[in-house]
Amino acid sequence: MTGTNGNPERTVAVVHAGLGQPSSTRLLADRLADATVRELEALGHEVTVEMVELRDHGHAIVDAMLTGFPTGDLARDIETITRADAVIAVTPLFTTTYSGLFKSFVDILDKDALTGMPVLLGATGGTPRHSLALEYSLRPLFTYLRADVVTTSVFAATDDWAQAGGEAHDDGGSSLPQRIERAGRSLAGIVSARGGHTKTADPFSSTPSFLDMLGG
Amino acid sequence: MQFGIFSVSDVTTDPTTGHTPDDTERVRAMLTIAKHADEAGLDVFATGEHHNPPFVASSPTTMLGYLAGVTKNITLSTATTLITTNDPVRIAEEYAMLQVISDGRMDLMMGRGNTGPVYPWFGQDIRQGIPLAIENYALVRRLWTEDVVDWEGKFRTPLQGFTATPRPLDGVPPFVWHGSIRSPEIAEQAAYYGDGFLHNNIFWPMSHTKQMVAFYRQRFEHYGHGRADQAIVGLGGQAFMRKNSQDAWNEFRPYFDNAPVYGHGPSMEDFTRDTPLTVGSPQQVIDRYGSFIDDVGYYQRQLFLVDHAGLPLKTVLEQIDILGSEVVPELRKIADAKRPEGVPANPPTHAERVAAARAAGETGATHVGDGGDEYTGKRAEEVLS
Repeated sequence: MTGTNGNPERTVAVVHAGLGQPSSTRLLADRLADATVRELEALGHEVTVEMVELRDHGHAIVDAMLTGFPTGDLARDIETITRADAVIAVTPLFTTTYSGLFKSFVDILDKDALTGMPVLLGATGGTPRHSLALEYSLRPLFTYLRADVVTTSVFAATDDWAQAGGEAHDDGGSSLPQRIERAGRSLAGIVSARGGHTKTADPFSSTPSFLDMLGG
Repeated sequence: MQFGIFSVSDVTTDPTTGHTPDDTERVRAMLTIAKHADEAGLDVFATGEHHNPPFVASSPTTMLGYLAGVTKNITLSTATTLITTNDPVRIAEEYAMLQVISDGRMDLMMGRGNTGPVYPWFGQDIRQGIPLAIENYALVRRLWTEDVVDWEGKFRTPLQGFTATPRPLDGVPPFVWHGSIRSPEIAEQAAYYGDGFLHNNIFWPMSHTKQMVAFYRQRFEHYGHGRADQAIVGLGGQAFMRKNSQDAWNEFRPYFDNAPVYGHGPSMEDFTRDTPLTVGSPQQVIDRYGSFIDDVGYYQRQLFLVDHAGLPLKTVLEQIDILGSEVVPELRKIADAKRPEGVPANPPTHAERVAAARAAGETGATHVGDGGDEYTGKRAEEVLS
């Protein structure tokens, strides 16, 4: 029981901003989720994966930005993400950074929605030259939101998908499957060590009492 | 339950004609709308307070003071009075004056204002919004209930031996609401004082409104003002009505599509599903608004936004007529039937508050001092000469 820290159930929310059908961004998201689930199950957890495809919410995300509140399926999916035990977030890189759809989605989240949340980052791009976008744009974004971002993030360029599983990368770095495994293991380790679902259902539980406000 | 209208006083181009009223036309339209609401038998007219274009309502007590003289029955109120950027001393004085002039036919709603740049125009900082609302309102209450006030706080100069005049009508301050959409701290404030809480839900789904109102009710009971279901609650609302539902949709759609807040965003179909906006026949409005009690419990005040997004004055007056003649009488019946035992039907009137204060021995003075001012050393005659 020590390995599962009490409650063995864990929910991993996967959110990706891939647009194509099929989508390499979705493919990377699936692989990261699989690696995480495998490792969590090995640690004795029962894992539920919730997949959120931002393409389905394109109009709703802009509406939420204009009206100030999300509705319908989008509101439900945001709830799913903020109540999860971990989030895997994957975006295609457009014009040197995360896609506009991905950022718009992050923009409509409550500023505290991901505080303390274990987050694994992934990105896809046309060439390996953009791989550091994960470090200079995605990581600071989630650090600002006070998420607990896993050290390993995974970038997949078009070339990476051609690489055979166990082989080292042409440039000597580890292969995409190896990086996915490492990332999934890191996230699983963090999620396993924590208790399940500590998020409170009462949105006003942190409201200070009036006497404190009056005195402060 | 009281039914009324509230205005944000926006100057917006009518998208169907291209006509944009000037400020004078818009202010006078608001006066006409308020008088019409009184004649149509509505219970409340509330004006917003804004200090930036495209809004014209910068001076609520001037407007409401005039309306007190030309209306008969309607309760005059605000939506909202800016508790953050107004000097609390001026709020205490101006609304006591309005209370006297209207013979108690008024109340007011405190709100913070959510436009950052407005705060420094009045010497304040929006980052201090909540602390300003807390400190300023605490001072307003003291100025109304205590005849001579010594006070020191963070946000304005101290007061020594200060008396706000005129003293409240019959020695009893006006009833106060607190309006907030997202901040539970304000619901907490309203609950602490046993004041009213209005959730202006016109741009929000009922799931959110339910949470905020439930929190206020629970805290109202916690602070010992009565049962949770006896707390004084108000809701916002928005409707556009024609005899035939499809006519209402066709006529309102260009105003919706170009409206300042939600225009060019969600479709009217989505927005009417997700928010209280109801476009259709009077019966559809009755059905929808008659059901809100089931969501938030019996509440005491329902306000409708009817004069926005560039709607012509003639159309607004027609909407008020439909509310007064067809919708409100039915909603009153529904509300009465759904009101639990021991829950107030309406927010307290001035007469009820006076009776309660007298019973509790809590009425204040209606005049302070003997005609002299010991601090400036002047009597009234000296000032005049």
